[in-house]
Amino acid sequence: MIRTWKLGKSYGNRPAVVDLDLEVRPGEIYGLVGPDGAGKTTTIRLLCGALRPTAGQVEIAGVAMERSPEEARRHVGYLSQHFSLYDDLTVEENLQFFAEVRGLPGGAWHKRSAEILAFVGLEPFAGRLARHLSVGMKQKLSLAVALVAQPRVLLLDEPTTGVDPLTRQDFWQLIIRLVGEEHITVLLSTPYMDEATRCTRVGFLREGRLVMEGTPRSLRQLLAGRVMELSGAPDEVIQRVLSQTTGVLSAQRFGDRLHLLLDPHHRQEAVEKIIRGVEAEGGQIVHLGEVEPLLEDVFIALSEGFL
Amino acid sequence: MVNLRLVSLIRKEFIQIVRDPRTLALTFVFPLVMLFLLGYAATNDVKNISLAVLDQDRSAESRRFLDAFRTADYFHLDFFVSSEEEIRSLIDSNQARAGMIIPPGYADHLTGGRNAQVAFILDGSDPTVASTALAAANLIGQAYSTRVLAMRMNRVGQGSGLDMPLEVRTQVLYNPGMESAHYMIPGMIGMILQFLTTLLTATSIVRERERGTIEQLIVTPLRRWEMILGKLAPYVFIAFFDTLEVLSAGVLFFKVPINGSLGLLLGLAALFLVTTLGIGLLISTVAHTQQEAMLTTMFTVLPSIFLSGFFFPLAAMPRILQWISYLVPLRYFLIIVRGIVLKGVGLAAIWPEVLALSVFALVVMTGAAIRYRKRLD
Repeated sequence: MIRTWKLGKSYGNRPAVVDLDLEVRPGEIYGLVGPDGAGKTTTIRLLCGALRPTAGQVEIAGVAMERSPEEARRHVGYLSQHFSLYDDLTVEENLQFFAEVRGLPGGAWHKRSAEILAFVGLEPFAGRLARHLSVGMKQKLSLAVALVAQPRVLLLDEPTTGVDPLTRQDFWQLIIRLVGEEHITVLLSTPYMDEATRCTRVGFLREGRLVMEGTPRSLRQLLAGRVMELSGAPDEVIQRVLSQTTGVLSAQRFGDRLHLLLDPHHRQEAVEKIIRGVEAEGGQIVHLGEVEPLLEDVFIALSEGFL
Repeated sequence: MVNLRLVSLIRKEFIQIVRDPRTLALTFVFPLVMLFLLGYAATNDVKNISLAVLDQDRSAESRRFLDAFRTADYFHLDFFVSSEEEIRSLIDSNQARAGMIIPPGYADHLTGGRNAQVAFILDGSDPTVASTALAAANLIGQAYSTRVLAMRMNRVGQGSGLDMPLEVRTQVLYNPGMESAHYMIPGMIGMILQFLTTLLTATSIVRERERGTIEQLIVTPLRRWEMILGKLAPYVFIAFFDTLEVLSAGVLFFKVPINGSLGLLLGLAALFLVTTLGIGLLISTVAHTQQEAMLTTMFTVLPSIFLSGFFFPLAAMPRILQWISYLVPLRYFLIIVRGIVLKGVGLAAIWPEVLALSVFALVVMTGAAIRYRKRLD
């Protein structure tokens, strides 16, 4: 449904996206993750035709963006990272405008927008100016506008950033329903790994390249046996020992525990060194044991180049 | 077939205009404010120049001479002083713009058939006022001296058949009262069209970019020409409204006669608009923020107003500026609008200007349309 071949975008000689081969199948929810500046927004803008690629091609629903941009865009609903609707138009006027310019036949927009407003729960605010909506409501309106012309592909650039957890939950329910009921294909970028976990497939971008791709489960499998959980005290001692132990590639805090990413070749000796080191310095280890890797662990390992 | 996408875009633009008080004020109030300011304040008709008089003769003859000044509209005899210094200090303090000294013995010289002299002192710092005052003083003095001459001839018995050897009979065409307002107001239409349409189109397009709404607009199936047309059309409507607004106010409040065809005027205004909207579109392709768009518009429009002949006659400019003025589209439109409104001329008299405007319209709009990109980069 979404395909790219050797897609590339450079600004001057600074590459933002390099050699991107992407294939998102109908009905998938594809999550793009990666550190800031990895090229997620650029990729999405290339996919919807807001930017022109410097290399390669994009195809949406079988239509080449380069050759027939208007036809390809007809299939796309796009939610940009920053609110990009008219804040001096009401909720309903925004819907009407984008329904009509996206080619919904005259009059049809009314039924459709009532449907969509009910779907995203904005019915009571139909007559409110967009500038008077909360951040979460603005995102829901953006989703409604992206959906109003019944696209087959939905491109969402960090749709839940800055939105409260409850609204985020609502938002995901909506997306899952869309895929189920309207058979829409979704590609979204997100900084949240718990969201990435909900995707059918996840792609990791680093410095403009797709470095890894797979289902959340298969990605977590990559780190099987390499992640250990540690809790203990005092903190300074443990941090010092960890930084001196070769074989500990990274240590991330999750609440009162640390997740350690270990070098597979020095796993056993690293564990022994940590235990001895902490004892020697008068610290205490409460718990040290292997855990199921989280997508976060994979994300960090990929971002730092440990995978 | 009605293009629903285009209609929708235009309607959206109008909703935004109506909801933005600043745009509304700029669109509908600004032209009237400018009209009244220019119509009343920026007039070159110098009247009621304040005059300080030192009459050292204090005779019936000197009073008669002063009456000649009093009856002309040009001077107001505000001060009667007793020394030359007082005249200077009145002029220094801007209370009087000119002074006149009638020396002692004026009446004796006049009645004695000799040459009588009066002195006229003038504040030259404002050339417009000074040149009018000078011309008026000379004229009144000459007329008066002609009358004195005729009386002398009469007295010596030669006056019966006295005719002046030469008389210039003037006839002022088109604007017989030589009212500045009649000349300024049709020109105002050109100036307002140029300024408003360029500014409004440039800022309205840049605003989409500044607020990020362009991102959503780009990914719609709207075609490039539809986006351009949808953005420009509302301002064409506003421009026609403003033209009629200025014209009606001009007729109502300043009695400007519309001697030519209103239809022709509106048609050629449309031609002129293609150029000004094109300039706005061009500016929008180089400016990133509304403020930049506004400054760029000022930078483009203000010099063109000075070089268009709106305030200052082109014929009086240095040759080099006259050549540059050929590149100013407003120059041609001013000739057209003044020609139609004041002289009542038809296409036959102004076709060179129409041709020039057509070339501008074609070049500017084509250039702007080519530069306008329906993408973020």
